This record gives sequence, C-alpha cells and structure tokens, in this order.
Amino acid sequence: MLELPALGWQSIVIFVVFALSLLIATYCTYAERVIAAFLQDRVGPDRAGPFGLLQPLADAVKMFTKEEFFPGGANKALFVVGPCLAMITALMSSAVIPFGNTMSFGNNAFFLQGIEVNIGMLWIFGVVSLGVYGVMIGGWASNNKFSLLGAVRAASQNISYELAMGMSLIAVLMISGTLSLREITLQQSVAGEWQMWNIVKQPIGFIIFLVCAFAETNRTPFDLPECETELVGGYHTEYSSMKLGLYLFSEYVNIFVVSAVMSVLYFGGFNFPFQYELRDWFVNSQGWELDSAQNLITILGTVGLFLKIFAFIFFFMWVRWTLPRFRYDQLMRLGWTILIPLAVFNIVLTGGLILFGVI
Amino acid sequence: MQLTNRAKVLEKKPMTLAERAYLPAIFQGLSITMRHFFMKKATVRYPEEVRPFSGFFRGLHVLKRDEQGRERCTACGLCAVACPAEAITMVAGERKKGEEGLYREEKYAVSYEINMLRCIFCGLCEEACPKAAIYLQPDKMAPPRFERDEFTYGKDRLVEPVSPDERSVRGIQLTPEQADKLRARIM
Repeated sequence: MLELPALGWQSIVIFVVFALSLLIATYCTYAERVIAAFLQDRVGPDRAGPFGLLQPLADAVKMFTKEEFFPGGANKALFVVGPCLAMITALMSSAVIPFGNTMSFGNNAFFLQGIEVNIGMLWIFGVVSLGVYGVMIGGWASNNKFSLLGAVRAASQNISYELAMGMSLIAVLMISGTLSLREITLQQSVAGEWQMWNIVKQPIGFIIFLVCAFAETNRTPFDLPECETELVGGYHTEYSSMKLGLYLFSEYVNIFVVSAVMSVLYFGGFNFPFQYELRDWFVNSQGWELDSAQNLITILGTVGLFLKIFAFIFFFMWVRWTLPRFRYDQLMRLGWTILIPLAVFNIVLTGGLILFGVI
Repeated sequence: MQLTNRAKVLEKKPMTLAERAYLPAIFQGLSITMRHFFMKKATVRYPEEVRPFSGFFRGLHVLKRDEQGRERCTACGLCAVACPAEAITMVAGERKKGEEGLYREEKYAVSYEINMLRCIFCGLCEEACPKAAIYLQPDKMAPPRFERDEFTYGKDRLVEPVSPDERSVRGIQLTPEQADKLRARIM
C-alpha cells in the first residue's frame, strides 16, 4: 500500500503534526485563561487582538524577553537540559497517533499519521514516561529544596499512576489484540457492521485512564509537583524566561497528546457515526468516485478527531478550575489502594466477558 | 462546661460508597462551574464601558457660569478655607472695564487651582461657596495621569465651557491642549 513517496508524505505529516501540536499548545494557554475566566464569571484576556486572540503572541514575547536566570550552585548543563527534555518528549509522542484514515491519490495511498508501527501504544508509554526525566533533571539541577521536592513528587506520582494507567490499557489490548493505534481505531468501526466505540466496552477502564491521564500530565487535582501553596513553584521554581515557558508549554503539549490518545483508544479516533453510509451515499447518489468519497470521509474524520481532542482539552481545563488539589497522602492512597485494584478487577472482568463472548 | 443549649453532638458517620467513590461529588462540582460558564459576566470592560455613578456621586469639580455665561466665582476664598485637604489655591484680581461679560462680580479668580492628588472629594467647597460657583459633578472623575503636575487642575480645565458640554461621556476631563482647542473654537 505504501509506495516510495510515502517517506516524503510521512515527513510532511510529521511536520504538520509538529506545527499543529505547537499551535494547539499555544492556544491552550489562551483557552485556559478564557475558560478559567468564564468559569469564574469573568471575561478573561480580551485586549490583544479581536477577543484577545493575539494574547499567546504577547505571552511569547514576554517569555522570550525576560531575564534568563541561573541560580547559584546550579548544574548549568542539566539546568538547560531539563526543559528541553520535557519539551522533546512531549512532542515525540504525537508521531504515532493516527490523525486520519487513508488518503488516496491515483495509485498512491497514504496514512494521515506520522509513523505507523505495530507498537504505537508502547511507544507512547515509553516516551511519556521519559517525560518525567525532564521534570526530575530540572528540579535537581536547580539546587533548590522546593524544586527537588517537586521533582521527587513528580517522579513518584508518575510512577504510581503509570501502573494503573498501563493496567487499564491492558483491558483495551485484550479486546483489540494489537498495540497498533491504527488497528485499534479501525476495529472500533468496521465497514458493514455496527461496532461500538471502546468506551462502551470499557467504561471502568476509561475512568481509570482518565484519572491517570490527569496525574501523568501534572494537572489539577494532581498538580502536586508544582503546588504553589507548599512548594513555591515546584520543580520550576528557579526557572525563568523561555525555559519556564518550555515547561509550561510541554504541559499543554502533553495534554494534547493524552487527549488524542484517549480519543483514539476509547472514542473511536477518526471514526464518526454513519461514515460508511455517508460514503456510500456520495458514491451511489452523487456519482462520486470511491477514492474521492473516501478522501472526503478521511478529512471529515480528521476534523472529528480534533473535535474530540478539543472536547477533552476543554474537560481538562474545566476540571482544573473546579477541583481543589489532593493532599499528597490522598494522592498516593488513591493511586495504590483504589485505582490499581480497580484496574486489576477491570482486567478480570474484561477477561470474563471475552470468555463468555459478551464483547 | 455548657455555655448554651445549642451545643450539637457531632457524629462522625462512615462515608457511604457514593461519597467514598468521590465521582458524584466531582460531577456536582463540575455542573456548578459549568453553570457559571454561561452566567452573565461581572466584568466591566473599563475604557469602553463604565459603571453608572450614583446620583449624588462627588466627582470632578466644575466652576459654573451664570445664565449669561459669566463666571460665577468671585475668589472669596471660602472654599479654600473650608477645604480640609488644602487642595485649593487661588489668586484674586479686579475686573477691568469691558470684562463685564466674562465675570459676574467685580472681583474674580485670575487663577484657580485644585490639586486632585490632595483633594478628598468631600464636597465641603461646594457647601462653602456663597456664589454657587463650584460643584462636584456626579458623572465625571479625575482620570489617572502619568505626570504629577497634570493633576493640578487650573481654570482651563475647571471652568464650565460656554457652549454645551462636548467633553467625553466617559467622564475623562480634557487635557489642556484639547481645552485650548475647544476654547479657540468658542471664542
């Protein structure tokens, strides 16, 4: 299916995905402030450009022109490496996410996806768990008690919640039988037969995954690593200028990626209801060619996937401005004594349901 | 020791399953914040819109003219005496022949200055004035400025214009240049 221009096509897709995740992360900062304002009966930034849409630009200029500060006794090399690592790992994971179905031009067919590998899920997990090194290194290199405490918290939190997250995924993998994100997506809607999205088959798993996603991205109510009330600024206490900007930015990129992963795993990815009926309608009633109808469906599916992602991003922000922060012991208790047993129970339950042929 | 009969024995009941699951409470909270999302916003976008002043708000001073457009102020200095913040200074002068159309009394204020940084907007000058010359307007404020000396309002900015007020509805007073331009047009 993939012919030689696929490599060129892939690089274009990767570049577009890279640009898109940066753009979305940029406007997440704006969206966060506006949503926070709306939830608190305010209107938020509305001065820079129409509706304040140029606010991220102003923020970026502010970040770039601020003084770059190195604390005394800091390990300079690692101090710089920390935010870079956080940003790189955040950006890397979007490479394997299938943003759309197949596009066909003549004899060539392309995936709207950076790299299609059969271990996509593993890749994301590997890269996401690398992300904590950015926080860890930055916190340690700052030579600051608060930073170090924040970094230690981040590390222990991520390790605790990755367990439950991985186990909630196992249940999905038991249903799908593959680690390829494209395969998982395609299984959620098969042409000709009615297939449910995974959320219907895995409600408990989805809730566990959602909670863990909040913890993995260090978002409220699990934002203990940057807990202002206890740790000044957490791991980025000593950071200023664009190095701080990279940390804050990587958080939004992470949210984007994790929203995409949730959409793909549980909400059918680029599938949308009645897509095959719509394609057949275009072919049969409108006299389109199969390829162009398929391409249109692919584009609509990509739009649909992004709508799902935006809905999740909105949910992340909605929760952030609703819930207070957990206490540290509550966080650990929730992770180890509730989510992990629940995830194990979910695996057993899924196994039973598969065994008796329910799903 | 019992102080009142309203003492209440608190029972620490074990939490129900729904309470321990925490999710119902989260959805309750989310619904509350979502309700606020669609509520009317409390923000007043200041330079574009202003909050309505109350009817007896004491704002920026104005030196009134009488029905024939003559300045009412006779520079008696009672307002300056009444002023608890000592914000008002004036220099009195004698009206010359041919100036009867400008000043109502034979004595008038050559200069009349109010320092808006000192002024506490108590309105005692208004009460003290025997000629009903000075008033605190209910719809105009002394706006913020960058320079200290811009807060010393002279007659150029205090005296009521001859023609109907063309100043901004936002309650921002004219700068001296704008006032000069306006006066040049009137004269």
